[in-house]
Amino acid sequence: MSTTTPASKARTGPLAPPSAPRRGADPVRRRGGSLAWHLGSLLVLAVVLYPVAWVAGASFKPSREIVGSLELFPAAPILENFRGLADGIADIPIATFFENSLFYALGSVIGILVSCSLTAYAFARIRFAGRNLLFSLMIGTLLLPYHVLLIPQYVMFQKMELINTYVPLLIGKYLATEAFFVFLMVQFMRNLPKELDEAARIDGCGHLRIYWSIVLPLCRPALITSAIFTFINAWNDFMGPLIYLNEPGKYTVSLGMMMFRDQEGVANYGGMIAMSLVALLPVLLFFLAFQRYLIDGMATSGLKG
Amino acid sequence: MGTAVTTLIKDSPPDAPERRPGPPAAVRRRGRRENLAGYLFMSPWIAGFLLLTAGPMAASLYFAFTDYNLFSSPRWIGLDNFTRMFEDPRWQKSVEVTAKYVVVGTPLKLLLALGVALLLAQSRRGQAFYRAAFYAPSLIGASVSVGFVWRALFSDEAVVDRTQSFLGWDVGGWVGNPDWVLYSLVALTVWQFGAPMVIFLAGLKQVPKELYEAAEVDGAGPFRRFWSITLPMLSPVLFFNVLLETIHSFQIFGSAYVVSNATCGPADATLVYTCYLYQKGFKEAQMGFASAMAWMLLLAVALVTAVLFWSQKRWVHYEEAAR
Repeated sequence: MSTTTPASKARTGPLAPPSAPRRGADPVRRRGGSLAWHLGSLLVLAVVLYPVAWVAGASFKPSREIVGSLELFPAAPILENFRGLADGIADIPIATFFENSLFYALGSVIGILVSCSLTAYAFARIRFAGRNLLFSLMIGTLLLPYHVLLIPQYVMFQKMELINTYVPLLIGKYLATEAFFVFLMVQFMRNLPKELDEAARIDGCGHLRIYWSIVLPLCRPALITSAIFTFINAWNDFMGPLIYLNEPGKYTVSLGMMMFRDQEGVANYGGMIAMSLVALLPVLLFFLAFQRYLIDGMATSGLKG
Repeated sequence: MGTAVTTLIKDSPPDAPERRPGPPAAVRRRGRRENLAGYLFMSPWIAGFLLLTAGPMAASLYFAFTDYNLFSSPRWIGLDNFTRMFEDPRWQKSVEVTAKYVVVGTPLKLLLALGVALLLAQSRRGQAFYRAAFYAPSLIGASVSVGFVWRALFSDEAVVDRTQSFLGWDVGGWVGNPDWVLYSLVALTVWQFGAPMVIFLAGLKQVPKELYEAAEVDGAGPFRRFWSITLPMLSPVLFFNVLLETIHSFQIFGSAYVVSNATCGPADATLVYTCYLYQKGFKEAQMGFASAMAWMLLLAVALVTAVLFWSQKRWVHYEEAAR
């Protein structure tokens, strides 16, 4: 059904030009329609991007003007809000929260890439007994609400005295529990030509060698997509850190911001908004750099951002 | 993508088992080696499944029938958690709030996603740009930053409130108003329509253009073409989006928590199900009660999933020949 199989995408790269127009509309109707099309699209664009523009503008406004002011960008922008961030939150430098988030995000990325690609390889390229059953179980976990596992997992990690460490947040990533990424990679690997494995096998390669030297390099687009989604999900994660981390020095950016609000709240509203913008920047930059990978990944597997 | 979606929906294995006559010894030996390799490669997932999914599920089911505060050992109390839950007005409130959120938010979000996807599919020029821009909120929507921004935008006398007053439609504020605060959360999820929109767009690309040409020759107007071609051809994708968005919106937590200033209020107006579960489990250490709540959530999600799958044959149209 799909016109660009992942294998062909691997060759052409995600920036391949779009194929020919779907419908040849007649030119007259098209010109009139085109204006309406752009007007409609621009209207949606304005509404969608407003909150992002708002936070950028508001971070340069004095605290008391932020909520009430209707102008998007201040006539006299100030930098106080950003300067104030240098003081940190409750004697903890802002950089600490960013380091913690970065550690969590990069640790998650490594775990997902290793564990999910190994699992996906088994599902896609090895014919073993019980594979179909395990695959159904894996798909089942896609639909399982995480909250059923929340309490017992917490109890377990509490008994293991791992509360207030990053172990509970990271371990699942190293054990391939994020079924979405397994699924994404399975879809990709299944579309690689079988002849590759067969040729390699005749040359005496085992599965580990095929996985490492043939399949992984060809799966780069799927790996990149998974890596970026994982990074962003970990960066945005709120519930996990909220439940497992309880010492401010270990807080991620999300928790640091909640603490900011509790401690300075209304008094330093501008600082809070400036911090919101700074916390969004890594995600926005990733998005600008890799949007094709993200959108293609989303489209191929219905992955949630 | 159609393949991916159908695979997920039909829950089919990676590929159909190969039928072959009784295998000779060499093949059998190779089969054993393949089994070993398969399970070795799968071992992280199997460990994770047992340790982090199956084990905890069993434990959670047990806790649901106990009184357990994390510090003394669980005490079996039968169905007490469930009877207490059903009589608990705050639990009822959380069910009501979540149901309202799901029933209002999900259709609005999907309608907007479908509408914009149909709009974007009309023209190729600029499509990639708009598609990317509309998708961006789906990536940042779950962050605390956006929660803060949302609370600011929907505060009294802030942009939304003043625009409304200007239009003569004053609802008396959003985040401070129990009647309206939930709709600010609905607005937040609808704002993230980009993710399902991308899936719709990919689905629209799969519709064979010959069908439209044939219909046009037969004199079918745009509405008829949408109803008789686009919608049936898109129905697997629509099903996929409905299923995932519904399941996800049942589990809303972060945005309700952040936008309501960690209170899930005012007056419990944003007490979504998981927010109450969090309060019971982690603020009051009622692990048994919280586990019982989690199982009710699982049952509700399973029920909705089952109904959706059951309804599939009435409205979801699968092409027989994929590719």
